Amino acid sequence: MAFFRPNPKSSMQLTGYRSSGFFDEVFLNGLRARPGLSDLASFLKKASQRELNTRKNDAELAIRSMGITFTLYNDSDGTNIDRDWPFDIIPRPILKSDWDRVEKGLVQRLTALNAFITDIYNERRIIKDKLVSEEILATSRDYRSFCEGVKPKHGVWAHISGSDLIRGTDGTVYVLEDNLRVPSGVSYMLENRNISKKVLPELFQQYQIQPMDDYPTQLLDVLSSISAKQSKAPKVAVLTPGIYNSAYFEHAFLAQRMGVELVEGSDLLVGHDDCVYMKNVEGLSRVDVIYRRIDDLFLDPEVFHKDSVLGVPGLMRAWKKGNVALANAPGVGVADDKVVYTYVPDMIRYYLAEEPILPNVPSYLCADKKQLDHVLANLSDLVVKPANESGGYGLFIGPKESKKRAAEVKRQIKANPRNYIAQPVISLSTVPTLCDNGVEPRHVDLRPFILQGKSSYVTAGGLTRVALVKGSLVVNSSQGGGSKDTWVIDVPTKRRR
Amino acid sequence: MLSRAANRMYWFGRYVERVENTANLLNVNTNLVMDLPQVKHIWDRLLDVTGDEENYHSRYSVQNEQNIVKFLLQTGDSSILASLHAARENARTSREVMPKDAWVKINKLHMYLDTHLDKALRRDGRNQVLSQIVDSCQELTGYLAGCMSISDPYTFIRLGRNLERADMTSRILDEACLNLTDPEHPEVKEYEDLLWMSLLMSVSGYQMYRRHVYERLNGPDVAAFLLKDLRFPRAVGHCLDQVSQCCRALPFSDDPLVAVTATQQQLDKAKVAKLFTSAKLHGFIDKLQLNLGEIHNQLSLTWFEY
Repeated sequence: MAFFRPNPKSSMQLTGYRSSGFFDEVFLNGLRARPGLSDLASFLKKASQRELNTRKNDAELAIRSMGITFTLYNDSDGTNIDRDWPFDIIPRPILKSDWDRVEKGLVQRLTALNAFITDIYNERRIIKDKLVSEEILATSRDYRSFCEGVKPKHGVWAHISGSDLIRGTDGTVYVLEDNLRVPSGVSYMLENRNISKKVLPELFQQYQIQPMDDYPTQLLDVLSSISAKQSKAPKVAVLTPGIYNSAYFEHAFLAQRMGVELVEGSDLLVGHDDCVYMKNVEGLSRVDVIYRRIDDLFLDPEVFHKDSVLGVPGLMRAWKKGNVALANAPGVGVADDKVVYTYVPDMIRYYLAEEPILPNVPSYLCADKKQLDHVLANLSDLVVKPANESGGYGLFIGPKESKKRAAEVKRQIKANPRNYIAQPVISLSTVPTLCDNGVEPRHVDLRPFILQGKSSYVTAGGLTRVALVKGSLVVNSSQGGGSKDTWVIDVPTKRRR
Repeated sequence: MLSRAANRMYWFGRYVERVENTANLLNVNTNLVMDLPQVKHIWDRLLDVTGDEENYHSRYSVQNEQNIVKFLLQTGDSSILASLHAARENARTSREVMPKDAWVKINKLHMYLDTHLDKALRRDGRNQVLSQIVDSCQELTGYLAGCMSISDPYTFIRLGRNLERADMTSRILDEACLNLTDPEHPEVKEYEDLLWMSLLMSVSGYQMYRRHVYERLNGPDVAAFLLKDLRFPRAVGHCLDQVSQCCRALPFSDDPLVAVTATQQQLDKAKVAKLFTSAKLHGFIDKLQLNLGEIHNQLSLTWFEY
């Protein structure tokens, strides 16, 4: 560790570090380290800007040679651009004792959500008991009547989900979104760890950082566990929309790590026996489980979008007959609606008879007349979200928008109130981030990944996304966000100083 | 394995081989030119070898070293850059079947070319860059040999590699013969020895020829060596042997094997020295190339198309 000697001349890049009004994940006021994080804090205090930049360059070189990219769509000319994955070398730490609680909360939440989906497509007890109104389903864009009467194995629809968590000023961790459809980012989470082991090896010596590399194994276990066929090694495939999809990197990564085939719709066909087959060099071979990374509506042109070339004709038939398992199950999106989201704490109480461990961000439903009035009157203090968008698209951040845009959004809400919810602006917590002028606080969120099959699994930490622009709260990589490695640190109690 | 993935592995093998061969060819030619300052049209030969003349003339009006090197390095449809790009794209879209570092290695070579290509346009930096390209391709081939299971995906890479090699070797030989018999450039004849030597070098075969063919360097023997030798990895005969082995390792290989065996038999029967002296070698190689094309068609029909 000799090359990591503090450089007295230029180790002052933290002096201007101030995250006032926000919860900083590493520093308390006056640059005191939070309990358990003194090693990381002193690393940041001692390292010179030059040293940090060298490590940053190493990280960037590794990212480029490993070809870790994400794809941006250019709306104006319909082309795709491959960008290097944006990564900040300073990790985001979480104490394991804090994390254990979050983990429990996530499992609780997903268990309730899966129970809700089964209920909605079957008995509809929750509607009969008047906790959720029928109208919400009638107007849900992601309710699939095709799924009525289906009870997937283990009662699980959302096998893979990626909740977005944020931390408010008082340190409370909120669930912002559940992301049950085809959440992405887990490959970047794993690659981030890979890179940070290369560029900050000495910190891995000082801390007990929970490993996360077993995710692909856990994922394969879950996928295998939902196969209808009782064989030891069911045939699993990852279904991708193709090489131009923005998450193609991840699809290939997961297939590679699990050692399963990566298929496109045109590689599959449904036979007369309503089973799914893969077109191999040796002929057709049966597929038991498909981890689909395609939206519901493109899965099967016989049932959904007739012109979809991404899907497989007859796939829904095969699924409904139980000849193939799909993860996530079609119709799962019904619970990933920002309006349904507001009911999740009630669902937890209703299905599990437990109190929710993780709170929702307080939300106003525009569908409710009283709440709508409040939203319209306080638009400049609120964040408005379309009920069915992801990736930060269509987001309206009240305090930052022009009057003109506010008027426009007001019109849109009034025209279709069911389609919008509003939330108070939550001041996302900050983490020290290497910027052009030294280490500065930047806002972050966190996307852990939750697996449910026969049992549940939560990644140790998750993908931390960071808004690289000063003051910005938008963390999406498609809109100028970066990422960090997330360290769940096990600190023995006596060492907590 | 998936037919689509098999197709990509096959082309991955072909393109990596094409990158290596083209780099080697350019390197050897640059050396040859320094020995033959009076022979002006030596660069034109490379355009014939790669069979891209039309493509060239749509881009350049003058045929000179600078343009031809740029064309083969960078701007042509089967330039090193274009082939590498295609190899990388095939690797990117089939990462699930190859060991992880195959992708990293090809990606690194791509990054290297991005920053060093211009250097290879000038004679002073050319050797260094081209050698690096050849080294990287061989490193990749060696990595796959050491780390990839001998199953279908690897077999398809080998199929592509050997078919491409056979194709390239036969082209290089064809053009050298045409050069030597070109009535418009009788001066080339004077440098026949040098030409045969450089020809062998461009397929890295000079030393192996010396060790296995005891005759003094001469056209008919070089031609026979490059066409029929079964031991030298870049000789057409050896490549066809490999292709045949690969086919046998794959399911339903009857049709491709018919095409391969027919080609091997024609090669076996051919009396190269006689063809050479009676100036019929060009016709023979033409037919050989058509046969290689037929093998490719049979592979596609059998394994890639549904």
